[in-house]
Amino acid sequence: MRVRLKKRLHPLNWKGHLFIPAAITLALALGALLFLVVGINPARAYWEILKGGFGNFYNFSEVLVRATPLILCGLSVGLASKMLIWNIGAEGQLVMGGIAGSGVALFWSPYIPTALLIPTVLVAGFLGGAGWALIPGLLKTRFRVNEIITSLMLNYVAILWLEHLYFGPWRDPAGRGFPGTAMLPDGAWLTRFWGTRIHLGLILGLGAAVLIWFLLSYTRWGYEISVIGANLQAALYARMNITSSILWVMAISGGLAGLAGICETAGIHYRLQQGLAVGNGYLGIVVAWLGKLQPGAIVLISILLGGLMVGGDQVQIVLHVPSSISLALQGAILFCVLGGQVFQEYELVIQREKV
Amino acid sequence: MSISAEKTHPSILMKGICKRFPGVFANQEIDLRILKGEIHSLLGENGAGKTTLMNLLSGVYQPDAGEIWVDGKRVTFRSPRDALDHGIGMIHQHFQLVNNFTVAENIVLGMPGPVMLDIAAIEKTVSELSNHYGLAVDSRAHIWELSVGEQQRVEILRMLYRNVDVLIMDEPTAVLSPQEIERLFLVIRRIRAEDRSVIFITHKLEEVLEVSDYITVLRRGKVMSTVQPEKVKGKDGSVSRELARMMVGREVILEVGKEPCKTKGTLLQVEKLSVRGDRGELAVKEISFSVNVGEIFAILGVAGNGQRELVEALTGLRPVENGRVLLEDDDIASGRERVAYIPEDRNKRGCILDLPLAENFALTRRRQFTLGPLMRWKAIAKEVRQSVADFNIAVASTSMKARQLSGGNLQKLILARAFSQDPFLLIAEQPTRGLDIGATEEIWKAILHQRQKGGILLVSGDLKEVLSLADNILVIFRGQVMDIISCEDEENIADVGLLMAGVRRRR
Repeated sequence: MRVRLKKRLHPLNWKGHLFIPAAITLALALGALLFLVVGINPARAYWEILKGGFGNFYNFSEVLVRATPLILCGLSVGLASKMLIWNIGAEGQLVMGGIAGSGVALFWSPYIPTALLIPTVLVAGFLGGAGWALIPGLLKTRFRVNEIITSLMLNYVAILWLEHLYFGPWRDPAGRGFPGTAMLPDGAWLTRFWGTRIHLGLILGLGAAVLIWFLLSYTRWGYEISVIGANLQAALYARMNITSSILWVMAISGGLAGLAGICETAGIHYRLQQGLAVGNGYLGIVVAWLGKLQPGAIVLISILLGGLMVGGDQVQIVLHVPSSISLALQGAILFCVLGGQVFQEYELVIQREKV
Repeated sequence: MSISAEKTHPSILMKGICKRFPGVFANQEIDLRILKGEIHSLLGENGAGKTTLMNLLSGVYQPDAGEIWVDGKRVTFRSPRDALDHGIGMIHQHFQLVNNFTVAENIVLGMPGPVMLDIAAIEKTVSELSNHYGLAVDSRAHIWELSVGEQQRVEILRMLYRNVDVLIMDEPTAVLSPQEIERLFLVIRRIRAEDRSVIFITHKLEEVLEVSDYITVLRRGKVMSTVQPEKVKGKDGSVSRELARMMVGREVILEVGKEPCKTKGTLLQVEKLSVRGDRGELAVKEISFSVNVGEIFAILGVAGNGQRELVEALTGLRPVENGRVLLEDDDIASGRERVAYIPEDRNKRGCILDLPLAENFALTRRRQFTLGPLMRWKAIAKEVRQSVADFNIAVASTSMKARQLSGGNLQKLILARAFSQDPFLLIAEQPTRGLDIGATEEIWKAILHQRQKGGILLVSGDLKEVLSLADNILVIFRGQVMDIISCEDEENIADVGLLMAGVRRRR
């Protein structure tokens, strides 16, 4: 008897998609082993995670807060990937968005009408990210430089700029040595809802998801993006303007990440500080691929991942396990689900050899 | 049968082979016997199961039932590597070469060997092999620099380098000119002379008669018959109707009714056009010609003589080095919307295999189907359904993906898309390459029909196609015009084969 993988000739029916829950179950089983090793009842641990993430309204609101930058970064990476542009630089674009938006809020707010302050700050954040993403975009279209490398390297540049600013010229003189800028003027603080920390950024993320879904499904440009991603030769044959599409997609992709940055700053921290570059941009890559580049799925995955993070924090507090266990759990899920996607294209064939 | 005693031991024996794909019986109870040192042709229409059968023999697929014997031993191949270990190698219709690698690198790719490659030694062996078999190719060139014919030589060299005893070639002549085909046949015969076998998949009757020792005709997954060519040749050595009938199961009309063209003024004018190729060389050298409204103007030549560069320059995919191209007295750049282009490579350039038919139809027509920034997908789907009906395209539904269509149906869809553009000028590049007789006939008729509406530039290496369709023929060789001949000039038409090979006529 032997087992081998065979390429599927037909797309899966709905039953075939059962492999996703199966993969998650497997991941949870792996996680359970981990909990057993540290001497904790896995059932209890998972119950705490579930309760921590979705147990009550306040916890769930925190999940949504955590999911907000993931949604925006996931869309950022997802849109570019749709065109086979690998934007690994969402982290840096997020940081640049945060810097640009906070800069406007910190230094120009006296000159901007109150009603326009939040929109202006958000636009500045978007532009900050877009501009940062256009650097790899232009390098790619002008000099054929690989955007994976450039966008990734620019992350470090952006983070160094951020540190330079809040340690140096933008440091709050009244901050008693605490690294960070002064508080943003409260007119620039993003509106919060229902007495929770859920802020305008979540609405922007959901709106962006709808817009991108619409763009890709119903507009000519969205169609061109999918063609360029699916078959560059055919796109050239159909005389599509590939250079301009790359630049626009990079700008929007960077803009979304930038929006994530300014929303974290103006919605949660209220100042530029160390907690801005915590890997949301990189997680965006994960979210985009787990969501198969589909906006709706990206939103869903972001919320699930947010739940796991918030729930993981809860477990840490209640059961006194290291917080890294939630990271390990995230890793297990990613590994199993991405590995399981093989079965979407291949089927397992078990053959009994005739003697 | 006059086969010497030691040759009667079959080198390959396939018995009762069955292979089923969802919805189709690709191979049904097939028996096939290949002797050492024979050229065996598998003849059949597209979809007859030839390629599937050979994929089973070369380890790409595993049979659902049946046995494969090599040199008297029962074998099971789990992968192409297993088959290669038994001396069976297959060259697929779509070449499996790495574009960014050199010829030598491609040839050793996937072979066991030391960690460090001794490229110089490999290149030396490759040149020896290519000299020995007459397969001229520069072992240091990158694959992307090579013409399709040259890439094929690399594929053959790759198999010879692995020292195969049985070489399977899937539609090797589909991409070649008559002269290149002759050269290929020489190579095949040289391989046979070394007591190796060649299995040759094709649907071209003439070639089969010329080159094979045995012919096995497949139809709808079953073996119709295995014959020797002498037995089925027509009296004058021409293609026999009997063989064609075996293959398609009906009388085939190989002629398309063509009326003399009525031209109405110049449509396309090309003046001293020069174009550079991928390596910066002048691939097209000062070519001038003009296409009239209502005519089919053919560019005939062996693949790799500048046709690709010429077409790419005309369609704006490649910069013009020198010269002018006018469409109705205006620069062609301003009239591209009215030029329809059917590219040679329909899978890579003409369509997007993983997208549904409507999305494929929209590829060149997207600008006509918009409402502001939005796509009118419903209107496109309607037009696709119309085309499917008009062009007799066999599809189960319009939401099918392009990948699920057969070559002939896909090409008909691309043709329908081009015609729906209502073009002044249609540029058709190898429009029937790799298609069966039935589909070829339909496409020829459609092209002839389109002639009434505008001008057609037909770029082809298929002599038969050009002679069947064209009103005027430009023979291209090494990027230059050999001659332009009218189809009514019967005396000179006889020489086009020589012209394609670069031999000038005596005056």
